[in-house]
Amino acid sequence: MRVGRVISDENDSFPVGMRVLAVDDDPTCLLLLETLLTKCKYNVTTTSQAITALKMLRENKNKFDLVISDVHMPDMDGFKLLELVGLEMDLPVIMLSANGDTKLVMKGITHGACDYLLKPVRIEELQNIWQHVIRRKKFDRKDRNGSGSQDKPYIDSSEAAGLGNVDQNGKFNKKRKDQNEDEDEERDENGHDNEDLSTQKKPRVVWSVELHRKFVAAVNQLGIEKAVPKKILELMDVENLTRENVASHLQKFRLYLKRISCVANQQANMAAALGSVDSTHLRMGTMNGLGNFHTLAGPDQIHNAAFRSFQHSGVLRRLNTPSGVGISGLPSSGLVQLSPVQNLGNTSTNQSKLQSFVIPGNHNANILQGMPMSLEFDQLQNNRAASHVGQFPSVDNTTVLPVSSISASLIDAGCSSSPLLGVTSNSLLLEGSSQLPTLHARNLRDSVSGFPNRSTLSDFTSIAPASNQLHGSKADIQDQASPISCNAGKIISSAPQDWNAPKKDAPYQSNVPSCSINSLRAVNGDMAWLGQCLDQNNPIFNRNVGFDFVDPLSIKFSEGENLAMEPSVIEKEGYLMVQPSRQGSYIPDNEDENFAMEPSVIEKEGYLIVQPRRQGSYIPGNLGSLEDLASAITKQDHDKGKPTDGDFGYNDYSLRTCI
Amino acid sequence: MDVVNQLQRQFIDYSASLHREGFLDDQFTQLQKLQDDNSPDFVVEVASLFFEDCEKLINNMARALEQQQGVDFKQVDASVHQLKGSSSSIGAMRVKDVCIAFRSFCEAQNREGCLRCLQQVTHEYSLLKNKLQTLFRLQQQILAAGGSIPVVE
Repeated sequence: MRVGRVISDENDSFPVGMRVLAVDDDPTCLLLLETLLTKCKYNVTTTSQAITALKMLRENKNKFDLVISDVHMPDMDGFKLLELVGLEMDLPVIMLSANGDTKLVMKGITHGACDYLLKPVRIEELQNIWQHVIRRKKFDRKDRNGSGSQDKPYIDSSEAAGLGNVDQNGKFNKKRKDQNEDEDEERDENGHDNEDLSTQKKPRVVWSVELHRKFVAAVNQLGIEKAVPKKILELMDVENLTRENVASHLQKFRLYLKRISCVANQQANMAAALGSVDSTHLRMGTMNGLGNFHTLAGPDQIHNAAFRSFQHSGVLRRLNTPSGVGISGLPSSGLVQLSPVQNLGNTSTNQSKLQSFVIPGNHNANILQGMPMSLEFDQLQNNRAASHVGQFPSVDNTTVLPVSSISASLIDAGCSSSPLLGVTSNSLLLEGSSQLPTLHARNLRDSVSGFPNRSTLSDFTSIAPASNQLHGSKADIQDQASPISCNAGKIISSAPQDWNAPKKDAPYQSNVPSCSINSLRAVNGDMAWLGQCLDQNNPIFNRNVGFDFVDPLSIKFSEGENLAMEPSVIEKEGYLMVQPSRQGSYIPDNEDENFAMEPSVIEKEGYLIVQPRRQGSYIPGNLGSLEDLASAITKQDHDKGKPTDGDFGYNDYSLRTCI
Repeated sequence: MDVVNQLQRQFIDYSASLHREGFLDDQFTQLQKLQDDNSPDFVVEVASLFFEDCEKLINNMARALEQQQGVDFKQVDASVHQLKGSSSSIGAMRVKDVCIAFRSFCEAQNREGCLRCLQQVTHEYSLLKNKLQTLFRLQQQILAAGGSIPVVE
């Protein structure tokens, strides 16, 4: 590693002296890059290892202005590094590769790169890279100046920055990094001053788990469409947090959600194919992330299935044992509303679209079937959720995202690099039918992995309390519900018939974990505040962390593991928490990637918290028993004093998966 | 300074021929331009790094392709990819071109094709190494004689 010449007065003579960190495992290219950058009068630091680069960046977040990284590296995938840097340090990252394939370039963009250069890199190209640093700053400034218009700056910045990573100081500590050893503990400091390149001196805001939780809750409360930074800020009521901070965070969240939604869509499709409860569960799990659900927008059926299965698990839990039901989400109507995540479409990762899934109050077993789960997802894109949701009792669409915030904070705490998983509270549609759509875990995974580099909000899907159905009349549900009621672990035992998970008893759990795992990336173990993180769920999460859990089979893993969460889930405040293994190493990537970190991620604090929506989501009409259930749940929730909901009135059943 | 002029002319001719024959491309010229007083041995340094890297990658590829039980094409592809990157960075055009063909064989999981490409890569690499060493020697001679390296456009 070499350090370039130090040039003083960088602020005055910018871009001269701009501090660049160059990462490339190829020594030839690295040397060339260093020389070229030095020729451009930048201050260059080089390293051939991504891990070292991360370490340097973490040591001092203000040490560099820009990062240039190769895509193909042996110790860590360039895209992953990209995401981590974006989330944790919020620095512009330029990707470098000999491969200029459109798909790769697109991948770079979705992961948050502000530029993609091809090797051999020319000096002319490098001479202009400073624009990315300035652009970022400018947008921050713009955000600050523009009071009410939160959209514009976002749009602009996303366009400008290319990836919606325009955020001033917001840091997303979402993903868990592989190298968690160096991970800081959860940082709760706000207003950590940093010296910017330019004259702007904005204190860096660290988006801790707690902070993100509030953020997500606020977004949920407002509804993804209406979530404007100003209101979010008001709802959050945090000192030293500026509108700009929130704005940039929101942007990242949106981008993240969008990514997740894409993944979810794919998964949904796959899940549809599977049509097994398992997959649904899985998908649900994955969908826990906010984005995921949206992405599931794909085939409605799939979504439904996914939800169904998921809901079953979650809902069953809840319904059957109001007191013990882990799914606290069923408060009012037991439906978790899936709020359309509008931002799915956005590339800004920060937008956490909390989707609240609407859990159909009716007990029709197939109600969920008809429910376009995809709706929710679609909604994200098209804001059509309302239409779909119509089928269900109109629960507000506040997604339960305490999880996301939680996960976010967890992630922060746990892994700095973990992307903040947008938590989308997907309301789990309660499906009476036994065919729970299988949420393709893959979707979730994909969506999660699709986390933009910056904002990986832990998505959590709120499991719509299908419980009411379970509770009630539907035989299917009942069948399924009963297991659930018995114990959390067994929620889905009956549901996933197709599930090959070894342990049928804890289908739900596995699902949940998988879901959450996907969505929640580095959830901190510290999420204790969430209520009860089910440690037991670790196994499940462990597997899934790497987004492998996308695979319905992943549940299998979880099964084998300790799905102990059940008891805890139920007992606690009605949250279904699946706590993945804690390592918090977030493996952002997509299905193809196999991050070794997965296990570690799981280890860390992953919780899968399903937090049913409380009062807000009351589903009139068919609710019938659901209502009863909901009220029971609500009561229960109240009794339990759900920590997370209280503040935000967010009753969605949110699965918080901490990964 | 007849000697110097002579050497310089030799250098220019040799450089031109290397370019003409496709051993080097414009990127190499860029590298030469980067060389200045602050980094007087830049080109030689980069070239040495490249040769080292190249050898390592070729060995990796050979080992991977030799596996009887099953060739890990992904690994081979990764090595080829890296070689492609570094060869293009230094301007080693022929090596890079072989890498491009090599990659498609990797994708097709064609072991025979890969082995052939590996041979070609090795061959091109040796050729280039010799040629560059000759070029550098000429450079040294010019400098030793008190002249300066002419820039070949």
